[in-house]
Amino acid sequence: MTLAFFLTIDWQTLVDALALGGIYALMAVGIGLVFGVLRLVNFAYGQLVMAGAFALALGSQWNWPTWLSIVLCFVVVLVLSALLDRIVFRPLRGQSPAVMLVTTFAIAFLLQSIALIWFGPLGKIASSLAPLNQPWSIGGVDIRKISIVAIVVTIVCLALLQLLLTRTTVGLQMRAASLDFQTARLLGVRANRVIAGAVLVSGALAAVVAVILTVQNPLVTPDFALQDTIVVLAGVVLGGLNRPIPATLGGFSIGFATGLLGGALPTAQSQYLPTFIFVAVILVLLVRPDGLFVRRAATERL
Amino acid sequence: MSVLTLDALEVRYRAVQAVRGLSLEVHPGEIVGLIGPNGAGKSSTLHAIMGAAPIVGGDVRLDDRSLVGLSPENVARSGVALVPEGRRIFAELTVAENLTLGLAGRRSRTGASDAIDRVHELFPVVHEFRGRSAGALSGGQQQQLAIARALVAEPDVLLLDEPSLGLAPRVVDVVFEALAAIRDRGIAVLLVEQRAQRTIALADRSHVLAGGELRLTLGPEDADDTDRLVQAYLA
Repeated sequence: MTLAFFLTIDWQTLVDALALGGIYALMAVGIGLVFGVLRLVNFAYGQLVMAGAFALALGSQWNWPTWLSIVLCFVVVLVLSALLDRIVFRPLRGQSPAVMLVTTFAIAFLLQSIALIWFGPLGKIASSLAPLNQPWSIGGVDIRKISIVAIVVTIVCLALLQLLLTRTTVGLQMRAASLDFQTARLLGVRANRVIAGAVLVSGALAAVVAVILTVQNPLVTPDFALQDTIVVLAGVVLGGLNRPIPATLGGFSIGFATGLLGGALPTAQSQYLPTFIFVAVILVLLVRPDGLFVRRAATERL
Repeated sequence: MSVLTLDALEVRYRAVQAVRGLSLEVHPGEIVGLIGPNGAGKSSTLHAIMGAAPIVGGDVRLDDRSLVGLSPENVARSGVALVPEGRRIFAELTVAENLTLGLAGRRSRTGASDAIDRVHELFPVVHEFRGRSAGALSGGQQQQLAIARALVAEPDVLLLDEPSLGLAPRVVDVVFEALAAIRDRGIAVLLVEQRAQRTIALADRSHVLAGGELRLTLGPEDADDTDRLVQAYLA
């Protein structure tokens, strides 16, 4: 790696990297919220995004107006999330983390296989929002509109989530439940309501991510968002899984790093991008096993 | 009529029988003490009432209604509040947020701010430090917060699991005085304690539990009768 490597980072790459960081931060929050209340790492999160992306693709295939496609995307992802909660997560509550993790693996493969049967391996095109891929020229620098939109949407979503968690009763109950669920229940906090709330908010974030990702990558295949999910999971672990803010920062960092490296690496070497990212994750975890953004004393022993 | 009734309660964790045929009653405006050596089944009794320990026989009734089979949140929402062992306050949340969480157990949709005012009156420190992180409070202040958090639900029955544990004697006085004030409000209090003599002196009746069974019942006049107490503990 020479100095020239760093010099290839321009404004466009920087904004794209910020946008990817934002998208990954939203996914990290979605995974972190559910982990907080259920102690369950939802490996199937990427498949929720995939389902939302297929909804958008169907919308554009049927020539629906864009807003209606987006509504369909939210409906599909939220219904799927609610079903997951009701038929899978609820019966598994209280099982060991390993059982729950393996179950979400199974759900992930199940959803992916269903998509493969319904839509085939070649996938579908979601084109309604494609114009957002056009650049805006800001001060002589071309920046894709979707990157700006992604950054703004991320900030708005995180701000809304912060309001929900700090200003509403159900938000306070979610925070309490992720700190000590048993005590929260003994105080009268309804477990089902809090968990359903977290799962649905997490699902809404997956739908937002689906909308943004389909603009960047309109070809929706059954493995859509799969690699993103793996990278985000690494990011969440990197930040610290059991606290929302560290998890978000972890997701953002890894997305930002991925975007920056992806833009900076010469095209011939971009296949090594995941290698660089995961080596960095391993190194960080060797030094700070509790996560990059967690104060050591605050870490909960599970 | 008693508000809380245990009728031949049996609690069992897998192979371990924690409570054997325990019957007791708590009336409104009285404190009933539950004392006994470690492992006597005191905490198990409270957990069973809350729906958090497996009941294998007998009944727990609030007024005429059986609580057996209800989830902890539904027991809490029907008018029973627990101050758990070790306080279990949410250290990372503020004092005010901890108190707000206690409102989850309220049966009435109205009157929450009055309930908070009343516990502030009883525990001024909870009001004074409302904006602070609860983890920054001293042990005694955390215990007052834990009791306040249970009281904002305006329960008919208050269960306390060793509220004096780990507190300085002066702070224990504050807690026991608060319990007397809570009794005067007409709440039925079931108090699990290690400090046997103080509990016997405070409570209207104190039951000595050992090996999961009720061994002896003492009144406040027996507070100095240590012989019977020691025998019950050792039996």
